[in-house]
Amino acid sequence: MARSNKPIVWGPFAAGGTLTAFLTPVLILLTLLAALGHAPDLLAYDRLHAFVGHWLAKTVVAGVVFLSLWSAAHRLRITCYDLGLRADTAVATIVYAGALGGTGAALLYLARI
Amino acid sequence: MSERAVELEVLRYNPETDREPAFQRYSINCPEEWVVLDALNHIKESVDPTLSYRWSCHMAVCGSCGMMINGEPKLACKAFLREYSGVIRVEPLAHFPIERDLVTVIDDFMEKLKRVKPWLMPGEPKTLEAGEYRQTPAELKRFKQFTLCINCMLCYAACPEYGLIPKFIGPAALSLAHRYNKDSRDGGRDARRDEVAAYEGVWECSFTGACSEVCPEHVDPAAALQQEKIESTVDWYKEHLMPWLKK
Repeated sequence: MARSNKPIVWGPFAAGGTLTAFLTPVLILLTLLAALGHAPDLLAYDRLHAFVGHWLAKTVVAGVVFLSLWSAAHRLRITCYDLGLRADTAVATIVYAGALGGTGAALLYLARI
Repeated sequence: MSERAVELEVLRYNPETDREPAFQRYSINCPEEWVVLDALNHIKESVDPTLSYRWSCHMAVCGSCGMMINGEPKLACKAFLREYSGVIRVEPLAHFPIERDLVTVIDDFMEKLKRVKPWLMPGEPKTLEAGEYRQTPAELKRFKQFTLCINCMLCYAACPEYGLIPKFIGPAALSLAHRYNKDSRDGGRDARRDEVAAYEGVWECSFTGACSEVCPEHVDPAAALQQEKIESTVDWYKEHLMPWLKK
């Protein structure tokens, strides 16, 4: 039997899923805190802006954004299939394009900092 | 000893006379501590000798008495009647063709089991004089859980992917492949790769985890499949991005 090429899409999905499991709750908490005006000094806008100015921080942020979006896109693709939407190629193209588009936008904004 | 009145609704099918399966009701009185299998045995002995089903050990070891009980795959010998109220619906395992009453045709599973080569293929063949293959407790622990499978096929009845795509090799067979792949004495991983890393292998699994929920021996097939996915992914990257590693 032919070996599957699914690892190309599954690798970033698994990595993104692990990352999201650890990062997302923290990000939600910090966003809520910031929205309520309780962001700690270390995470103030100016400080974070300066932090993301470094090329290493840009690379890490781009990686996190790509893996999280990819993981969500792949999960959505499988969910569509399980819910009975069997046009897998079309669904895959749309959701992965969304993830890549989001990553592209993040890269663009990061480059401007 | 207290007794309880039980009403069972059993799916019956006789290929010689019936066009399609139909439910039949049996009302019996039985001791409080009986399991569904006891009730079926009682029905066969004293109510309706034509009822057909598989069973052997009555202690969750042989894996023969898997059936759908109120829609959930269970071993009939582990399903206590006192845990159910109202009419208890008993059907053959889902996703398998019915041979007769609660007996299913399991050829598909048997064929898939063979395909994953679930036996030890020694990495370095040894003569008898050279002694046994030794293994540390840590090496044993890596696969021991996956040896506990009793081939009861409850995981196949629970797996939505197997229901959708019958080509899927499925939880139990792939977990057994994983069991041998993880064995320090085994060298057959490459020989199993064509089946395991195929689209019909671990890649058909969407990790709903239903297999692990219904497994009566707590093998956790879903874990075995995810571990094989990670290893297949590493293999894939090595093969496609690092061609200089090729032997």
